[in-house]
Amino acid sequence: MLEIRNLHARIGENEILKGLDLTIPDGEVHAIMGPNGSGKSTLSYVLSGKPDYEVTDGSVSFDGADLLALDADARAAAGVFLAFQYPIEIPGVANMTFLRAAMNAQRKARGEEEISTPDFLKLVRAKAPDLGISQDMLRRGVNVGFSGGEKKRNEILQMALLEPKLCILDETDSGLDIDALKVVAHGVNALRSPKRSMLVITHYQRLLDHIVPDVVHVMHKGRIVRSGGKELALELEESGYAAYAQDAA
Amino acid sequence: MPAVQETVERVRAIDVDQYKYGFVTDIESEKAPKGLSEDTVRYISARKNEPEWMLEWRLDAYRRWLTMEEPTWARVSYPKIDFQDYYYYSAPKAAPKSIDEIDPEILKTYEKLGIPLRERDALLGIQREGGSKVAVDAVFDSVSVATTFKEELAKAGVIFMPISEAIREHPELVKKYLGSVVPVSDNFYATLNSAVFSDGSFVYVPKGVRCPMELSTYFRINERNTGQFERTLIIADEGAYVSYLEGCTAPQRDENQLHAAVVELVAMKDAEIKYSTVQNWYPGDKDGKGGIYNFVTKRGDCRGDNSKISWTQVETGSAITWKYPSCILRGDNSQGEFYSIAISNGHQQVDSGTKMIHLGKNTSSRIISKGIAAGHSDNTYRGLVSAHRKATGARNFTNCDSLLIGDLCGAHTVPYMEAKNASAQFEHEATTSKISEDQLFYCLQRGLSQEEAVALIVNGFVRDVLQQLPMEFAVEAQKLIAVSLEGSVG
Ligand SMILES: Nc1ncnc2c1ncn2[C@@H]1O[C@H](COP(=O)(O)OP(=O)(O)OP(=O)(O)O)[C@@H](O)[C@H]1O
Ligand SMILES: [Mg+2]
Repeated sequence: MLEIRNLHARIGENEILKGLDLTIPDGEVHAIMGPNGSGKSTLSYVLSGKPDYEVTDGSVSFDGADLLALDADARAAAGVFLAFQYPIEIPGVANMTFLRAAMNAQRKARGEEEISTPDFLKLVRAKAPDLGISQDMLRRGVNVGFSGGEKKRNEILQMALLEPKLCILDETDSGLDIDALKVVAHGVNALRSPKRSMLVITHYQRLLDHIVPDVVHVMHKGRIVRSGGKELALELEESGYAAYAQDAA
Repeated sequence: MPAVQETVERVRAIDVDQYKYGFVTDIESEKAPKGLSEDTVRYISARKNEPEWMLEWRLDAYRRWLTMEEPTWARVSYPKIDFQDYYYYSAPKAAPKSIDEIDPEILKTYEKLGIPLRERDALLGIQREGGSKVAVDAVFDSVSVATTFKEELAKAGVIFMPISEAIREHPELVKKYLGSVVPVSDNFYATLNSAVFSDGSFVYVPKGVRCPMELSTYFRINERNTGQFERTLIIADEGAYVSYLEGCTAPQRDENQLHAAVVELVAMKDAEIKYSTVQNWYPGDKDGKGGIYNFVTKRGDCRGDNSKISWTQVETGSAITWKYPSCILRGDNSQGEFYSIAISNGHQQVDSGTKMIHLGKNTSSRIISKGIAAGHSDNTYRGLVSAHRKATGARNFTNCDSLLIGDLCGAHTVPYMEAKNASAQFEHEATTSKISEDQLFYCLQRGLSQEEAVALIVNGFVRDVLQQLPMEFAVEAQKLIAVSLEGSVG
């Protein structure tokens, strides 16, 4: 369970999150929608512990622990996963090598054994094809030369292998063609479980047709300004965010 | 080499019970008087039972050295060296008797590198007193391994032995080639080396022979004590091939602060020499105190047509590194390569690079240099590519990438190009980058620690060069890179 209370965060002099409240119980999928620049990606970075984002007030607890007290890698080991809006390239590091290093680092942090090479290969072979990830993409440098859609699918592969407890998906649907969208949604749905919470950031109702959320939130100027069922997404698709802009003005 | 060899002989000469009381003190006693004089040179030559001509060669070098000035052009700074304050012959060094006498930092590194216990003791030069079994076993092990190799090499006609032995057993080869690539008067440190060199390897691969193994494992076990003034000479005769691997990924304990090695390679017509180095001498403590000064002259001569010499180096140790493995492309169509990873951390200073001297027609060279600077270190790539008037069709490709970790270090690229004929084609690419915060965060978000993340990104950065190393060595080098960069961020 994720509980965010009155979260204020800034980058440099700019306060971007301005008293955000959000609770995601275990097993639920929550979607966040909101205009460009409202702070959605910022929220995902603050939750995952990116340096340079300073929390000035409020609290975040995850399964009862104070998430903000942990370093980024410790949060990852505790089960926080962020599928990046813009996945990063790491030239020269084979995708496979990266996946394995990540898995083992998390295992080590949790005091578990490293995964053996055969087990790792088996796991990757089981998960990669479903996401349309070829052998070639596994051998290439992390995200290097991947198309926009390939990068996003690669994020979901990492998520599937790392089996996090909190999945934050930042615009994973942007840049995906219709078929890829279904592939990704299928991959995400396969990970839905009573023990796992998901926060899905998107601009489009379309994704939510495939990943059906339990709750939809509207974010505006660094706060959650409205929450509702999945039908809220449909309503937003119709009317846009104009109403909220007026509220805030 | 001499230390081990001698140890072996001593151990053989006595039975094991006597041995444990016997040789430690004996071994410690071999030392030339401090300082450098003609007498020192004579002492060294005598200790090695050298023929007269070798002594004369050394004395000639010594006399020239007296007239030379220490070079100051490199981007390194250190207190003035008092050359009279060193021992020029002290092999083997006084051995520590137990693991407790070794710097715990070095031990930690060994653990991280996963160096087997026995090999570790051998590298540290530990001679155990009561339980002397370890040292003996290690020694005996290396003897048997060495013998197997020797037989196989002899079958192929390859000569591979300490240079001190070659001077006695193959004087005609040594006379012909020693100093023929790096002349006695080449530079201050090379001249010093010529006067006082302690030992090193000698390799001769006869015509048309492909050396049946990497000359590496042998070296690794046997040549850990070559000392401060190593001298290596490798000759690949017409159509021969040899791959030679110097060094070891474990940090070596050594009381000698000043190191000045000379390596000469000669490739005759159609021959190829591949020379790989991993240098991990002690870099000094966290304040930069006590590290090794490493002034090396390495040069290869592509003497015959269609010959090829390839240098690959991974430099992670030493307080000061001054090193430019070079190729003289004399034969037509000859090729020179230089692949380098130079890592500096803490207060290390690295000034390294290469020289590609194009003399023959249609010669080509390729330089891939990856410099990584962290901590307070300074990392300079210095490269010279030149084409002689007659070197028509000379081609060079240089790629020089620097990676900075943190704000307190520096990376510098100093390329010199001299084309004395219009048909030469030189290409130079250089980049300097920093490990991006975004890359680091991406790795951390996946659960890697800061240090793991840096090591991973750096290993990606140097991948092109790592691939040039023999497989087994590349894996070790990769681990070594991680260890060298510890504490570089956060
Ligand atoms: N490094 C930074 N320095 C200054 N301002 C920043 C920085 N990063 C983000 N911002 C600002 O913070 C605000 C919120 O950005 P954020 O990326 O969180 O928006 P978003 O809701 O994810 O938008 P989008 O829908 O376009 O992805 C924006 O006004 C942005 O310009
Ligand atoms: Mg965003």
